[in-house]
Amino acid sequence: MKLAYWPGCVSRGFTTELHGSMALVAERLGIELVELDRANCCGAGIIAEHNQELADTLNARTFALAQQTGLAMMNICSTCQGAQSECQQRLDADSAYRAHINEVLSGQGLEYVKGKDGFTNKNFLWLLVEDYGLDKLAEQVKRPLTGLRVGPFYGCYVVRPKERLGYDEFPERDLYLEKVIEVLGGEVVEYDGARKCCGFPVIMMNRDTSLRQAGTHVGDALDAGADCLVTPCPLCHLNLDMQQPEAAKVVNRDLGLAVLHLPQLVGLALGAEPKELGMSKHIASTKWVEERLAGGVPA
Amino acid sequence: MAEYTLKVRRYQPESGQAAYWEEFKVDLDPSLSVLDGLLQAKDRDDGSLAVRCSCRAAICGSCGMKVNGSSTLGCKTQIGEAHEQANRRQKEDVPPPMGADEEYKPGSAAPGRGSNGGSISDSPAVAGAEEAAPIVIEPMGNMPVIKDLITDMESTHWTKIRRVTPWLLPHGEAPEREYVVEPESMIDITQSMACIQCGACVSSCLSMEADPDFIGPAALAKAYRFVGDPRDAETKERLHDLAHDPHGIYDCTHCFSCIDACPKGVAPMDQIMRLRRAAAEEGVDDDPNNGANHVTAFVRMIEKKGTNDEALLVQESHALGLKGKLKPSKGAIEGLLKSLPTVLRAIKTGKARSPSKVIPGVHPKLPGGSQDEVRAIYRHAEEHREEFNLYIKGEDEDFVEPEPDETDMEETA
Repeated sequence: MKLAYWPGCVSRGFTTELHGSMALVAERLGIELVELDRANCCGAGIIAEHNQELADTLNARTFALAQQTGLAMMNICSTCQGAQSECQQRLDADSAYRAHINEVLSGQGLEYVKGKDGFTNKNFLWLLVEDYGLDKLAEQVKRPLTGLRVGPFYGCYVVRPKERLGYDEFPERDLYLEKVIEVLGGEVVEYDGARKCCGFPVIMMNRDTSLRQAGTHVGDALDAGADCLVTPCPLCHLNLDMQQPEAAKVVNRDLGLAVLHLPQLVGLALGAEPKELGMSKHIASTKWVEERLAGGVPA
Repeated sequence: MAEYTLKVRRYQPESGQAAYWEEFKVDLDPSLSVLDGLLQAKDRDDGSLAVRCSCRAAICGSCGMKVNGSSTLGCKTQIGEAHEQANRRQKEDVPPPMGADEEYKPGSAAPGRGSNGGSISDSPAVAGAEEAAPIVIEPMGNMPVIKDLITDMESTHWTKIRRVTPWLLPHGEAPEREYVVEPESMIDITQSMACIQCGACVSSCLSMEADPDFIGPAALAKAYRFVGDPRDAETKERLHDLAHDPHGIYDCTHCFSCIDACPKGVAPMDQIMRLRRAAAEEGVDDDPNNGANHVTAFVRMIEKKGTNDEALLVQESHALGLKGKLKPSKGAIEGLLKSLPTVLRAIKTGKARSPSKVIPGVHPKLPGGSQDEVRAIYRHAEEHREEFNLYIKGEDEDFVEPEPDETDMEETA
């Protein structure tokens, strides 16, 4: 499997452990990644707030760069997925608009062609389940995550709006994390926040609303007995992990729950060491998870 | 006809008891609605089951409720589909066979987790694996419950609607006859005009869960209905009010819940994003929530760097132009100071060790001529000053052929 790979901004900014663990896991799974290093930010919905056509054109450029490789495109960020899907939907719906956008891109030797070679843009979670396959993933498991109680945290942008995100064709996309956790040998923890918002988009505008969301979900997962959370979204990771000590103050309780990026959880089951996966860079300690996996802490 | 189980959250304040769950068996065609199921249960089993409804055709907006956790209208949700959704969720409670070849199917025996498996005997879902999952029905969220599925719409929904002055404030004296407006000028507000005030978006709102004072999706969609109306004279005042309120347009966390909940395609979150854009265009850029600053900082940064310079974004969102000519706005220093502990922790763990991640503005640009390409895109898109009507128009089938005649686009006019 060979893919055009858009790592996004945050995986090369404040969550480099995501970029690194994705590279490691891809290699172990036999997935070749062709990184789109010339591609630009997806706009995260914020550029669209300012100027929709600007966001559409910027993402059309990324799609065109991916199409130049002739490969399907992969991202590792729920927010990229959502923002890019929104632009792709608008581009695909209207040939005149597409032509208008392509006018700019043609000056750069680029063109976005709807449906070219069956072009798709999927995040790692969707690819893992729909294209790589859970059976094949199960075969790769070297260290089953036995006894590890994992709470899924999706990130809004891969869950809603359903009509835009391909749920007609793939109605179980909001259950994939559960499937992956189980295939890796872990135990799914049901809690209230799995498909709710981490609060990150308003961290600069309403810190209290933002951190109350993050703190509530982390607290709910702890109350449900989770050893850790797993998320396919690095922006969720920023609020759930990096801001966790601040969120604890807002919800006025002790937290301290490890939050893993999806490739890290997969990597652990493939036998990679926590350090190789960059887990020491997290703000919320991952020590408990490591001890659970080493069998040192009773269930 | 098929049999369904409705698991309903009941609550009768006069009983003095806490809320409880009750299951009803109903028997009806899968194409009928969840509301039909509830009315059958009320008719056959318990006449005291309280549910508000009237038209049964998604017009009156009375029967807002949560079905399997999602806010919707009971009359617009087919009971067969709700049943399938409930089954999919129940299935995930059951541990699937590890490494098995066959597809995991609902109702198939759960063989445990292979050699590594933990005990599955304590999972209640296993015993019921062959049984159909119940359709879970609850009253709407973010509102007090009066009885069973009936919520108090006044204390949250209507109070917030009134908050945004939901009527036209026109220029000067009313004309002798009707107001005359261009049909095109109303396109932008047709979506928000479709609202039937059912409260499903309010029920689903995740920001309101964290901040009950948030004005919320229904009221803000209503606000855009007047902000976007060419007859209204108080556009800037309305926007100033909603941008400066700490629970206003910048309190929306962009979670799309209201878009999925709305039974009429109002897409309240999109209307909130339109309000933000309108605020910037009307020069309302000094809100104490740093909302306008954040957008401007982000947009400028991508023009300059191509990807997100997080350190610069933190700084510029709080105090746009701090590095340059402008002095920081009120609250900006406080905002920056509050983010310091987070940054320091990140440096400590090595999450942000390299300078480009903690020093604003050091972040690298895109390689080669890519940054110039991004700038060219900015120049092209920023030339247009009008609000595009970029609603999704629907799938065009002819993408293989060139279409020289399609010139009906709003933005090419």
